[in-house]
Amino acid sequence: MKLTKEEYQQMTTEASPKSQVVRDCIWAFCVGGGICLLGEVLKYFYCKWGLTLTDAGTLTSATLIALSAICTMFGWYQKLATKAGAGTLVPITGFANAVVSPAIEFKTEGYITGVGAKMFVIAGPVIVYGMLASVAWGIIWYFWRILFA
Amino acid sequence: MNFVWAFVIGGLICVAGQLLMDYTKLTPARILVTYVVAGVVLSALGWYEPLASFAGCGATVPLIGFGHLLAQGVLDSVEKIGLIGALTGGFTAAAGGITASLVCGFLAAVFGQSKDQS
Repeated sequence: MKLTKEEYQQMTTEASPKSQVVRDCIWAFCVGGGICLLGEVLKYFYCKWGLTLTDAGTLTSATLIALSAICTMFGWYQKLATKAGAGTLVPITGFANAVVSPAIEFKTEGYITGVGAKMFVIAGPVIVYGMLASVAWGIIWYFWRILFA
Repeated sequence: MNFVWAFVIGGLICVAGQLLMDYTKLTPARILVTYVVAGVVLSALGWYEPLASFAGCGATVPLIGFGHLLAQGVLDSVEKIGLIGALTGGFTAAAGGITASLVCGFLAAVFGQSKDQS
């Protein structure tokens, strides 16, 4: 097969990285969507059992976190994460995995400076910046209400 | 129909994260921080609540929903108890999720074995 340089270049760009991105995105969509769907199903049943919407939401998060912790303990979550990428990272189960995984890994360094401290390697920054943003929003909202309401 | 939208919207939010991972050099920790802060901002602007009531867990299970939860908690607390609510609202709303994560992390560390990483 004879190809000019341009044709060859076009073929390689078409073939290699783009298809990888597309495959990553399909995995992320299906796994991430699946985790959200599982959450919705759990919430549906919790609501059916007479919990308020807020309580059902909290319990749904707690259940997903517990499931994620179990899967992380057996190494299943990490295996899924190599395929699903952001599909396993972005949902609350990814946050739980980021807490549980270093907690197990650094058990050898003891319960205080190992488990207790390393749990926050990724969760720490998430909580810190989330809180900073929410406090800023609270202050803005307080003065907004005084001035405009 | 709720279930379909939870799957679709949740999936799309994850695809956005995947595109960030593939096209930028953002580490997972940075993406999680970005998502939570984005959730607070979107919720503060009033854009996230409509999505959350439409897509349910599709909007609340991804970490943007965690930011949304923080912002909603602060909003409620400020309305109830004034400026101190800015300090207490976030953690009050997020207490369940954070505590569950820490408890699960500890229990997993007690019962789990750290595997050889090789």
